[in-house]
Amino acid sequence: MLKNRIIPCLDVKNGRVVKGINFVDLQDAGDPVEQAKIYSDGGADEICFLDITASNENRDTIYNVVKETSKKCFVPLTVGGGVRSIEDINKLLNCGADKVSINTAAVKDSNVVLESSKKFGSQCIVVAIDAKKNGDKWEVYTHGGRNNSGLDALEFSKKMEDSGAGELLVTSMDRDGTQIGYDIDLMKKISSMVNIPLIASGGVGNLDHLAEGIKDGNASAVLAASIFHYGKHSVIEAKEYLNSKGIPVRI
Amino acid sequence: MKLSIVDYKSGNISSVINSFKKVEKDKVNIEVTADIKKLNSSDKIVLPGQGSFKSCIDALNSISGLVDTLNEFVNVKKKPLLGICVGLQMFADVGYEETETKGLGWISGKVSKIDNQGGKYKLPHIGWNEINIVKDSKIFKSIENNSHMYFVHSYEFIPNDNKVISATTDYSTKVVCSVEKENIFGTQFHPEKSDKTGLKLVDNFINL
Repeated sequence: MLKNRIIPCLDVKNGRVVKGINFVDLQDAGDPVEQAKIYSDGGADEICFLDITASNENRDTIYNVVKETSKKCFVPLTVGGGVRSIEDINKLLNCGADKVSINTAAVKDSNVVLESSKKFGSQCIVVAIDAKKNGDKWEVYTHGGRNNSGLDALEFSKKMEDSGAGELLVTSMDRDGTQIGYDIDLMKKISSMVNIPLIASGGVGNLDHLAEGIKDGNASAVLAASIFHYGKHSVIEAKEYLNSKGIPVRI
Repeated sequence: MKLSIVDYKSGNISSVINSFKKVEKDKVNIEVTADIKKLNSSDKIVLPGQGSFKSCIDALNSISGLVDTLNEFVNVKKKPLLGICVGLQMFADVGYEETETKGLGWISGKVSKIDNQGGKYKLPHIGWNEINIVKDSKIFKSIENNSHMYFVHSYEFIPNDNKVISATTDYSTKVVCSVEKENIFGTQFHPEKSDKTGLKLVDNFINL
């Protein structure tokens, strides 16, 4: 039986982890490679790096991080943030990323998704959708949540599936950072519309939220950052909890 | 021992390279190549594959003499070859992804889309799934039945002869996820991304 995945996400800026695991025995708390290794040894089903490097001159730092991580972690590695072109995707894949997540570029021009999925295969193209509820619909935001594209998130999800995306990483901007749980309504609506797997993101504050994302939101995978980083819960604790709720996970 | 990973410019093979380099610990001379001479002098070959069946076959065919060399390696010299993902799928006679495409024909069968039962099951089949080992295969040495492996695919290999199947995995149907026919080995899952169990399989292939 296919297991639901737990994906810890690390924010990386100028090659350093911004928010990360706060363990005393960490040699270098800012080293993304070391943190990714801790997660993969601890049972993470996949690792996600979100590159939030702002300046263009430091953008290349992520390539080294990916290169080093892929030599040490033998679980899938997804990298997103600032991916603009086929060339960016190619570079990340060559450095050892298994999947690349595309956000703003996919909104600007869906051909990036179409072309990259043809060239590299749908299996490595994840479209990251940042959605915020305005009135009675969810709209897609770009540039790290700063700009409203005005696009309807549900229609956009369908369009991305049709363009060849292999997975959708859906983040509720209303919930992100709140620790009150995923936007289940949003997850459920999108996952019932598309036939590709959905990764739920944004709002996890406790283990029950992970269970809700899978059971109620129909997500195939759940992504979380802060509950794992500050030692509040380990990945294995999360898995044991989900298992106790009858949710299939890899233990 | 000389092991070659076929680099035919189809998809991302850095993870495959990394996993073999991690495991080999100086035991093996690893080449990442599409050079006919180098492949000819190899003891073992790994054939990765990402993207569509058609794009992988087209990429193999675009390198002059490559398919002939692989055919000879497998069918005449009878040396061990491991196909991963689409690398395994290409063993078939024919694939139906994008359009009907002739495969390498090493193991009789076809590659078609996984039956997702009218949308009941998501495709691609992505994530960790348990393998049911149905036949003793040398590449499963010290790997327990029902171990988890990492999958990502929408198409499946359906061999004509069930005897070549060494493992299946349960999704919408029983999906063939590993085959063995004499010197030919293949996994639909990605050992290079399946953590310690996957690395064990890599190790088993190296030690064949």
